[in-house]
Amino acid sequence: MEPFGAITATAVPLDMANVNTDQIFPARFIRKPRAVGYAQFTFHDVRRSEDGSLRPDFPLNEDRYRDARIIVGGTNFGCGSSREGAVYTLIDSDFRALIAPSFGDIFAANCLKNGVLTVTLPSDVVAGLRAHLREADRPVLTIDLEAESIVRPDGTSLGFSADPFQKHCLLNGLNEIDLSLEFAAEMAAFEAAYRERFPWLASGTEPKRR
Amino acid sequence: MPRARTIIDKIWDSHVVARRDDGECLLYIDRLLLQENSFHGFDKIRREGRTIRNPGQAFAFSDHYVPTVGRELGLDGIADPEIRNMVELIESDSRDNGITLFGLGDVRQGILHIVGPEQGITQPGLVIAGADSHTSTHGALGAYAFGVGSSEVAHVLAVQGLWRARPKTMRVLVESALPDGISSKDLILAIIGRISAGGAVGHVIEYAGPGIAALSVEQRMTVCNMSIEAGARAGLISPDDKVYDYVKGRPYAPKGALWNKALAHWQTLASDADADYDREVRIAASEIPPMVTWGTNPEQVVPVTGTVPDPAAESDPDRRARMERALAYMALEPGTELRGVRLDRVFIGSCTNSRIEDLRIAAAVAKGRTAQVPTMVVPGSGLVRQQAENEGLHEIFLAAGFEWRSPGCSMCVGINGDMLNPGERCASTSNRNFEGRQGPGGRTHLMSPAMAAAAAVTGRITDVRELTGEG
Repeated sequence: MEPFGAITATAVPLDMANVNTDQIFPARFIRKPRAVGYAQFTFHDVRRSEDGSLRPDFPLNEDRYRDARIIVGGTNFGCGSSREGAVYTLIDSDFRALIAPSFGDIFAANCLKNGVLTVTLPSDVVAGLRAHLREADRPVLTIDLEAESIVRPDGTSLGFSADPFQKHCLLNGLNEIDLSLEFAAEMAAFEAAYRERFPWLASGTEPKRR
Repeated sequence: MPRARTIIDKIWDSHVVARRDDGECLLYIDRLLLQENSFHGFDKIRREGRTIRNPGQAFAFSDHYVPTVGRELGLDGIADPEIRNMVELIESDSRDNGITLFGLGDVRQGILHIVGPEQGITQPGLVIAGADSHTSTHGALGAYAFGVGSSEVAHVLAVQGLWRARPKTMRVLVESALPDGISSKDLILAIIGRISAGGAVGHVIEYAGPGIAALSVEQRMTVCNMSIEAGARAGLISPDDKVYDYVKGRPYAPKGALWNKALAHWQTLASDADADYDREVRIAASEIPPMVTWGTNPEQVVPVTGTVPDPAAESDPDRRARMERALAYMALEPGTELRGVRLDRVFIGSCTNSRIEDLRIAAAVAKGRTAQVPTMVVPGSGLVRQQAENEGLHEIFLAAGFEWRSPGCSMCVGINGDMLNPGERCASTSNRNFEGRQGPGGRTHLMSPAMAAAAAVTGRITDVRELTGEG
């Protein structure tokens, strides 16, 4: 996983609450292998009209946000289905950081596993940031994870608080499975005691396959 | 005196393998439930050269991509090569890794959230991770069950645990029983309408109170199923005798002396009476009418006797904008009565409402009536289908002109090819009315099985109580 340090990039304001993973990555594309490149599917149906043309009123279709790598969204961003493709498609479209008042839990976990930073800030602060981006000549933000700061287009800055473990993993590009396997001894001891205590859950109690 | 604990505390405390300095816990995962979309997880295991720790604790289900017609053809019944590939992948990934699969051609095959409880794989007190956001369904049996993405699927396969911070708790206290003819689908839609689509983010919901105790185990599954639609991490219910009776005798349930031991443990799980919750919401279920969604999120819901709300009357600008967008997508005008809205299709199925009790209720409404629009009934599993046929329900559906199909997720998510055409309006017993959920441009109205059956035989959104004389 690519380490996340600081990023200075165009940020796109998405003024929509409850953006769901069906909108970010429609279900019919889940069956596509990752190798096809998921960038083509990002917000596929939301950004298009019924005739397939790009909607001019969808921010990602505006020239000023075309190379965005940061999304400043609304409440409950990424709610709905657990599909991790919703994160893959954002990564393939070069997004690395998301700012919102709250995130869908499963989506936020999926982001962390893939090196995408989620920043949670109060909704009035996020709304202010979106307004700032719309009005700025160049809608560019700098997010410094180490310093836990966001620099607005006008040079003013804003602090945020990162979960320490998320920060550690992202800064170092760590694979969580490797970290967890360091607890193998604890897991083995737990499992032995657990199966003793709850013997009906021990392997071998399942029925034989017909 | 020990501190009073909720069922969430009790399950949590018995599953902590290790604690990190930041307070996150490595939580033991008893069961991992997989479906075709888990292929990225298996890819990750292969790519990183991992060993699967306990293949016997993982179960795989062919459900999202399976066809609901032509099942006698097996894989050859799937014309689209990409869809067929998904069903083949879960078969080969399960086989290669020694994981039990409930696959195409197995009479037990069906939707993971139907088959897990039906087989006794779901039991009280377990921590269950599922590769699907509706894994909260299993909470109806007193399990702590939640959805995960592909990376965490791989993590559970390799580690048998997941890192989690202790969740906040919310108790939804249902203070009275539902009126006759009103279902637990109406209840959960009313709850989501009350607390909103993001209202439970960061929380685990425990549903409690006389209104929950009065529900059957299957009805409870419908409630827990939609917890995620309020943003909850999970939803569960303290187990009681109804749950123990439900589990007893199922293929994967403990037997003999082990049953007694399991039962003794399960009887300790219910929340202590004086346990504290971070939040509490009280609902008087005796006042709940049949509910129907009008928008593109389950929180956008009103009683069937109501009208489409007017965004102009909404003071919050964000909510107003969302309402306007939803109404444009749904092609509905403010003030329109929900009753009488014309439909193009009806879908009865999904992990929310495809169990035998759901089908009995739908059949009771369909009996002696005739579908006015194409209507699809998709049972949740092969065993539900068999049971329904033993009871003659399929004959009622077929006589009414409903399609009687084979089990799978079908038109809830539309990725097996069962989908709406652009602009079509559908009454659906599923769980998400998101834009494009049932097919690009499709318009979904969520409701109960009884209401969907009433919609089928009238071709319009209908208050089922007007057909059945209840309420």
